[in-house]
Amino acid sequence: MFKYIVKRLLMLIPVIIGVTFIVFFILNLSPGDPAAIILGDQATAEALEMKREELGLNDPLLVRYVDYMVGLAHGDLGLSYRNSISVWDQVIDRLPNTALLAACGILVALVIGIPIGIISARKQYSLLDNISMVGALVGVSMPNFWSGLLLVMIFSVHLGWLPSQGMGSGFGPLVLSLILPSVTLGMNSAAMVARMTRSSMLEVIRQDYISTARAKGVSERVVTFQHMLRNALIPIITAVGLQFGNLLGGAMLAETVFSWPGLGRLMVENIKSKDIPMVMGCVVVMATMFTLVNLVVDIIYSFVDPRIKSQYKKGR
Amino acid sequence: MSDILLDIRDLSIIYATDDGVTEALNGACLQLRKGESLGLVGETGAGKTTLARGIMRLIPNPPGKIVSGQVFYDGRDIMELSEKEMCALRGRQISMIFQDPMTSLNPVMTVGEQIREVIITHHPNLSKAESRKQAEEMLEMVGIVASRYDDYPHQFSGGMKQRVVIAIALACNPQLLIADEPTTALDVTIQAQVLEMIHGLKVKNNTAMLLITHDLGVVAQNCDTVAIIYAGEIVEYGTLQQVYKNILHPYTEGLFGSVPRLETNSKRLAAIDGMMPDPTALPKGCKFAERCKYATDRCRAELPDMYELEDGHKVRCFRYEKEAQ
Repeated sequence: MFKYIVKRLLMLIPVIIGVTFIVFFILNLSPGDPAAIILGDQATAEALEMKREELGLNDPLLVRYVDYMVGLAHGDLGLSYRNSISVWDQVIDRLPNTALLAACGILVALVIGIPIGIISARKQYSLLDNISMVGALVGVSMPNFWSGLLLVMIFSVHLGWLPSQGMGSGFGPLVLSLILPSVTLGMNSAAMVARMTRSSMLEVIRQDYISTARAKGVSERVVTFQHMLRNALIPIITAVGLQFGNLLGGAMLAETVFSWPGLGRLMVENIKSKDIPMVMGCVVVMATMFTLVNLVVDIIYSFVDPRIKSQYKKGR
Repeated sequence: MSDILLDIRDLSIIYATDDGVTEALNGACLQLRKGESLGLVGETGAGKTTLARGIMRLIPNPPGKIVSGQVFYDGRDIMELSEKEMCALRGRQISMIFQDPMTSLNPVMTVGEQIREVIITHHPNLSKAESRKQAEEMLEMVGIVASRYDDYPHQFSGGMKQRVVIAIALACNPQLLIADEPTTALDVTIQAQVLEMIHGLKVKNNTAMLLITHDLGVVAQNCDTVAIIYAGEIVEYGTLQQVYKNILHPYTEGLFGSVPRLETNSKRLAAIDGMMPDPTALPKGCKFAERCKYATDRCRAELPDMYELEDGHKVRCFRYEKEAQ
């Protein structure tokens, strides 16, 4: 197991190289001069040239990429183009906010998705099932920048119950300010999780061991949770792990809509101002986060499914 | 009357699907005394498993439905019981061994826990240690060392899994054991071991058994009475002696005819001509008429009753109508 984890952590290296390579070249090859954006329209040609030299923009692209990667290997994410502050400090400052939001989003997805999926599967083709699945379809189909605005309109503007933006300080205000962004973020995933739970439960529901369990005389509650859900959980966990990737993407939109001080918004702001090191820093941290979450998912598997655990033991 | 444990009266079960209604079981009547073994023989799709699940009230619904009939267990009609009473009965009074040991154990629970679950369900006052000890004893009883309590089903072979399934079924000393083709999925040497073990445990606890199989040899060795089922109907029913020594129904005749014999030097296996009728479109008259060499026009138009001969041997065929009266 330990060997497996180390191996998976080493896999992070090619992932980071691939991600940085693509993002670095896209950012640098797209039109727009960072020096011009920083200095504004009034800047002289000399000033622009000096700024470019200062930022190292005159070096060939490949050299700059290698320089960046050498810095990254030493744990140095570079300095912001705009105000020369450390990218690392900025990113680390924002990371917990995004992690919190993403975790709450996942929580919303699980709390809404799994029960709906279970109920739909147990009452297949019933009215309840149909309503839930149409609801899930609507949930999947709504882009979250739109559903976010909708929620703001209802709960902040009309009802005035919840704050429409920002992150509250102190526990109570924090929780209140978390509700709308989490629901916005988790809604799509909740719909996915519900559909996944339903289909996965339906696959298990007709298995022979469910009949065995019923023949033992255990209650339907035990049959559902102990025998069905535990077996149905594996595809659900996979789906949730993959949803986390969507969630990070979604966080960019949700954070922008709700002015949430997270990585996603940091990234969006800096894409606008072409602050390449900042954007790169955010991307590297997000990619690492996603890979680690997937590793955690794979480790959770082995606790849910003993067959997978014994595979690890045989030494992979 | 008092020693009759199970009395099935006119039990009918259907499966209603989009493609039509399948009459899986039509008016089945069977009786089982305490400690007795009944062999239920028939080909695939004849309704054997449906009958077994019907007794446990474990017909998957939808699409299955019990349309009529009564099942008296120890004098009480099972069909009238609440779901809660039924749960108390399942596993404690009546338990079931399923066909395929490969799929009938929960892959994410240890085998020991699966045995312990049935014990703790019916004896909720036991402590964890006590119930675990009992489960370990059950494992030992079916010939598996107790140290494998914490192993998972995928670490067991097919024969061992079936032993675990048997341990689960017998953990609470049920009065009635329903064994649905317990040996079909196993190879022949393991089959003999498993059957011997079931037989031993059954005698020890005086458990009655409904043994479902399509193997006439297995029935001859293990059962006291035999029922032959064809297309959802019981066509012949009597003691082992009666059915094996005095074959009445043409279908039973065909079944016995298809058993290969050592003494004759035949190259091909004898088979009954034709196929079992489509269960969604059963013929109106005798279900076997299409394949029966004695069939008359009356057989095709009218369903024969179950005729009881003087010695209690029952058969569903017009040829014995006069004899029975």
